[in-house]
Amino acid sequence: MSEFEVVIGLEVHVQLATSSKIFCSCPVEPEAPPNTNICPICCGYPGTLPVLNKKALELAIRIALALNCKINKKIYFERKNYFYPDLPKNYQISQYRLPLAEEGFLPLENKKIRIRRVHLEEDAGKLIHKENYSLVDFNRCGIPLLEIVSYPDINSPQEAFQYLNELKRVIQYIEASSCDMEKGTLRCDANISLRKKGEKELGTKVELKNMNTFKGVKEALEYEVERQKRILQESKKVVQETRLWDEKKRKTFVMRKKEEAHDYRYFPEPDLVDFVISEEMIEREKEFIGELPYLRRERFKKSYSLSEKEIEILISQKRLADFFEESLKFFPQEKKIANWIIGPFLELVYRLEKGFDEVKISPENFAKIVEYFSQGKLNNLGAKKVLSLALTTDEDIDKIIEKEGLGQVSQEEELIKFIDEVIEENPKPVSDYKQGKKTALQFLIGQVMRKTRGKANPKIVSSLLERRLE
Amino acid sequence: MKKIFQLKATEILKKIEENDLKKEEVYHHFKERIEKIDPLIKSFIEVYDYYPTSKGVPVAIKDNICIQGRKITCASKILSSHVAVYDATVIRKIKKEGLLILGTTNMDEFAFGSSCENSCYYPTKNPWNLEKVPGGSSGGSAAAVAARLVPFSLGSDTGGSIRQPASFCGVVGFKPTYGRVSRFGLVAFGSSLDQIGPITTNFTDCAYLLNIICGFDEFDSTSANIEVPDFMKALIEDVKGIRIGLPYEYFQEGLNEEVKEAVMKVAKTLEKKGAKILDITLPHSRYAIATYYIIACSEASSNLQRFDGVRYGLQIKEKEMLELYRQTRKEGFGIEAKRRIFLGTYSLSTGYYEDYYLKALKVRTLIRKDFEKAFSSVDVILTPTSPTSAFGLGEKIKDPLSMYLSDIYTVSVNLAGIPAVSFPCGFTSNDLPIGAQLIGKPFDEATLIKVGYTYERLCKDFFERIPEIAK
Repeated sequence: MSEFEVVIGLEVHVQLATSSKIFCSCPVEPEAPPNTNICPICCGYPGTLPVLNKKALELAIRIALALNCKINKKIYFERKNYFYPDLPKNYQISQYRLPLAEEGFLPLENKKIRIRRVHLEEDAGKLIHKENYSLVDFNRCGIPLLEIVSYPDINSPQEAFQYLNELKRVIQYIEASSCDMEKGTLRCDANISLRKKGEKELGTKVELKNMNTFKGVKEALEYEVERQKRILQESKKVVQETRLWDEKKRKTFVMRKKEEAHDYRYFPEPDLVDFVISEEMIEREKEFIGELPYLRRERFKKSYSLSEKEIEILISQKRLADFFEESLKFFPQEKKIANWIIGPFLELVYRLEKGFDEVKISPENFAKIVEYFSQGKLNNLGAKKVLSLALTTDEDIDKIIEKEGLGQVSQEEELIKFIDEVIEENPKPVSDYKQGKKTALQFLIGQVMRKTRGKANPKIVSSLLERRLE
Repeated sequence: MKKIFQLKATEILKKIEENDLKKEEVYHHFKERIEKIDPLIKSFIEVYDYYPTSKGVPVAIKDNICIQGRKITCASKILSSHVAVYDATVIRKIKKEGLLILGTTNMDEFAFGSSCENSCYYPTKNPWNLEKVPGGSSGGSAAAVAARLVPFSLGSDTGGSIRQPASFCGVVGFKPTYGRVSRFGLVAFGSSLDQIGPITTNFTDCAYLLNIICGFDEFDSTSANIEVPDFMKALIEDVKGIRIGLPYEYFQEGLNEEVKEAVMKVAKTLEKKGAKILDITLPHSRYAIATYYIIACSEASSNLQRFDGVRYGLQIKEKEMLELYRQTRKEGFGIEAKRRIFLGTYSLSTGYYEDYYLKALKVRTLIRKDFEKAFSSVDVILTPTSPTSAFGLGEKIKDPLSMYLSDIYTVSVNLAGIPAVSFPCGFTSNDLPIGAQLIGKPFDEATLIKVGYTYERLCKDFFERIPEIAK
């Protein structure tokens, strides 16, 4: 490995989280039955015209700002002309000579990956190939996409993986896209080349397509690093081409050679006017950005004594990190709050059909549960039960405890009543214990716990029992 | 008493409203005229059956404007089976007004041409002389109105396609400012140039139809959100103090003497009524035809890509996708459409883009500035509409360049995006109509109506004369 340097640039497409398509009012629901979310406009019927969905432009600006890009003040669209059955007009409305934004960066742990350009375009339809014919579904046609092109600043498959995760986190934070690669709301192509260490010139690049997960991107790049390295070590030349990743065979295969490149005959889209991006628009979008995940990570590291792993989980979702910090205001013990979020809370959330969307519990009530647990007012089981009941209802915690009778029985008198009963009902274990068989105590504790229906604090039961049996 | 076809559309409307005429009677009157006269002219592609409407005044529509549930062919084989699934914005407005859509009119395929000979159906003939072309591309719409087969019609104008046929057929053809009328539902030729407009026998009907079709449309991003005045209020006889410019470049070599004389006479007539005639110059005019054909064909080559046989229209079944595209387009497009696709594809290609398309855009700006400058000293510009009166059928079809030159006085207006109207201003020695063109400032259609109306009142005969076969 050491003799070569790996150079990777990524081209990412994210589907913007708008409710309607970019140039018509069809709903964005690509999963709906084929060709149900279509209209004459997105199907390119004669005489139809595009009208830009303002929300798409706003989300695009928001992402560009989050990626520290320079926004071009006046933008326009161009037509990318090519014939393909999934493209009803046989041209794609895209941006070419002047993208929405340029020259940004995304910081990773130890370095910044520069962003070359960010541009807005419409998605094409989907082809479904059958044995000797093909079908086309236009539901996806006209869904707003943002293309994010990085500079070739990435130097390993692992770094590419980190870049994608960070990019996803940033875009999810600002609620501009769901960035779900498996659902196709994020797609990634990679350019990769190798060069001798110290070499200035870039090597011959290969474009990789058809990766369906971040892990797939990493594996395809790893495969390609090895393949190109072998070629170069044999003093052969890497061929400039597009290769497809085959997930099952775990190999890349040639798709097309460079010479088949299209002439897209780009020219300004005459059906759309120039758009001036005002300062007000930029300011408005800035307000949606807030603290980005990488900045939040740094702050968490400085402000809280939590492990890196814990921080990573907490910042993975904006609302999780928000929930953590809000809860902390009501019970300022970060370790305990973090434990309860990463443990029981997330466990319950993952089991909900709609996940976090269903969560209603307020940080205040959540903090109360953690606090009661730390004070011994609730035991572990009880606290989990209360949490599970309040999670999607945000019912008053004290009321739940009362209703469910979950308050820990720590009143000695009450406990002693139960302990005496147990001692009376279990003469054999009692005598076993007295003869030095310490395990018998555990049995007796269990019996007491059963009588209190789990509400007692086992530690207190244990010490009371011991005293009683002395 | 005048027969129905001798009446203006607005007069028919009034008679219907006053119960002097029945809507069905009006429809059948024109339907019968079409049955009798149109076999000679062939201006219609389809004539619809009667259906009830609130106003009942018939209007014909160029066959490149979508009418829901009706065939829209653009006179092209590639679309000949296509039925529109929605109404164009102008059609929606016409239906709301309650006019009766009588049928669709013939045109050059996809509006490519100046003679109406490039139709996949048949060439339309000039009602004044059946050996002559009606002009194009809205030749059917102009010929039908000239022959009084319909009181008025809609055409589309990309480089003169309303005005040149209006001039050849002796009627009024108005191209509004780019952005004044929604293009939604107009099958695109040159998207940055196309504009829908009325073809009528007089300025009153022109103002009436403009009132209906103009206005901002949220479905067309290029439509202008500017208030539309009531054009009926511009129907006043008053040109006192109006400054009329005569551009030097429009009266040079290539202009037929009879046409020149007739247009100069318009200037004199208006001058007598108090208008001021001024000489002006539009120095970049000589680049207009080249600039226009590069821009229009570039846009057209891209606009026509959607006609591929996959979703609608003609499909030649082939095993391979690429062959399906090739064979469908080979069969479906006529020769002029193919020529323009080639021209446009070439000028947008890598390596040629800068020399052709980009340069054309720059010249377009210069042409626009010529007009801006001219309009700092004049209110309207008067020119011939076309260098000649109607030419012979078959005369120019083999020589595209000479055909293109028949639009030499009209294309600049589209490049500049400004309004212009062609109106009848006399007849040649062999009884063919001559058209004059008035060009106005952006969104100042009203002044064109006012000047045109004043002229119409003074020279009624040019407007009211009806071709022999239509009497």
